[in-house]
Amino acid sequence: MTKKSTILGIESSCDDTAAAVVRWDMHGSDARSDARSDGSAEILSSVVQGQLELHHAYGGVVPEIAARAHAEKIDVVVKQALIEADLSLSDIDGIAVTSGPGLIGGVLSGVMCAKGIAAGANLPLVGVNHLAGHALTPRLTDQIPYPYLMLLVSGGHCQFLIVRGVDDFTRLGGTIDDAPGEAFDKTARLLGLAQPGGPSIENEAKSGDPTRFRFPRPLLNQPGCNLSFSGLKTALLRTRDQVIAEKSGLTRIDRADMCAGFQAAVVDVLSEKTARALALYLAENPAVRTLAVAGGVAANLAIRGGLESVSSGFDTNFVAPPLALCTDNAAMIAYAGLELFASGASDDMTLTARPRWPLDRISPHLTGSGKKGAKS
Amino acid sequence: MLKTVQLTLTSPEETRKFAHTIAPRLAPGDVVLLQGDIGAGKTHFARCLIQFLLEEPEDIPSPTFTLVQTYPTRLGDLWHADLYRLSHPDEVIELGLTDAFSDAICLVEWPDRLGSLIPDSALTIQFSLPDTLSDTLDTRIITMSWGAPRWDNVLEGFTNV
Repeated sequence: MTKKSTILGIESSCDDTAAAVVRWDMHGSDARSDARSDGSAEILSSVVQGQLELHHAYGGVVPEIAARAHAEKIDVVVKQALIEADLSLSDIDGIAVTSGPGLIGGVLSGVMCAKGIAAGANLPLVGVNHLAGHALTPRLTDQIPYPYLMLLVSGGHCQFLIVRGVDDFTRLGGTIDDAPGEAFDKTARLLGLAQPGGPSIENEAKSGDPTRFRFPRPLLNQPGCNLSFSGLKTALLRTRDQVIAEKSGLTRIDRADMCAGFQAAVVDVLSEKTARALALYLAENPAVRTLAVAGGVAANLAIRGGLESVSSGFDTNFVAPPLALCTDNAAMIAYAGLELFASGASDDMTLTARPRWPLDRISPHLTGSGKKGAKS
Repeated sequence: MLKTVQLTLTSPEETRKFAHTIAPRLAPGDVVLLQGDIGAGKTHFARCLIQFLLEEPEDIPSPTFTLVQTYPTRLGDLWHADLYRLSHPDEVIELGLTDAFSDAICLVEWPDRLGSLIPDSALTIQFSLPDTLSDTLDTRIITMSWGAPRWDNVLEGFTNV
């Protein structure tokens, strides 16, 4: 097996166009069995070129614009990533690229670019699942060993995964409707608070009484690790209208109490389902017990506190990678590429974009085929 | 002339049955506009309808973040759109939604963003909460309205309840 130690990663499956260089110093010969047993990975550069300004006028990601913007920006971010890493293409040992799931136009731009570089520079190429990039990030940042329990929780995602290897994931459950980040945004909308809803609601909730309004805890009395947040939003709508009908308006205190009650319900649901997922994971007797939480929602201190206390109750390490590496980036793709190359995987010029690509081959697709696709 | 039918559904389960009754009667080219406030049940209805038409079960995520989710169903392609985050009808054309209106089954949430692009042939389903707060939390008033004769067949058997 050829050692691939410096990898260029390319990510263009969603809003951002990104490129990064990650280096992994491999010594020993057992890199194949567990990458982590030999040295650690270092991010030499990570460039993320947002499309926010472009999309701003459109109030969201407009897929056709995303595709065009990726195509225009991808060469620029790749060059920038090499410059910031102080390397040239001849120093690169392999190319890793997000080949799905996601917006087809965007993914295709990245895959075409990666193929071009790989063919031109005669470098090996590997396609990476965008969600695998997120799920492997705790290994890049915190060097945690397999297997670990992963909670991906963000604006568009919510799922529990047991991560056993670079290409070995078991999905224990996920949201059957809204993701928690979406529930926060919509609740903020219902209460006239600013977007994004997460920070607005957390801030209001600080002065609120979480016991005044008791909101439902969806799916809590059903077995399994699936979650639901849609009904919570509806209950809040109803409560809001009742209070308005009684008092012909909402006071600041009413609003703060509703935010606190809503947040408490989300914390309870996530904590309980995390406890169930942990029990399933721990039944496998992992050598090092680890819960990793990635995504914007983990930035909410009440949710984070709830998850940390569940984790310590199970005598399990709690890891939350920094937020900058939980949003879309190419360092996670380069890192996943490192591990894939080390495991002997690679792709040839037939690599294509896969708009649907479940991490877990057994479970049903987590996302439908989004025009925009998966996002964390 | 615009025709309307109003139904009262007292639970999410009744909404599911309602969606399952309509689903098999749809065909590519049908556009269903789903109106109502946040929490009124638009996405729940769409999810039930899509699940009924899928050949393999699949999770149906909310389209709020992605704008559009597309599904291959046994009746043809289905588009589930949430236009809340759009601000101008031109963006609808850029999304490819207007083309989908003729080629696919389309379920559109927040259709007011379509402006003049709303097809005359569309069926509108309005989801409302009952006026009196004494009703159960789950009750929804469903008002269907249409002008195109196509929907007379699709909605045959539905009468005001």
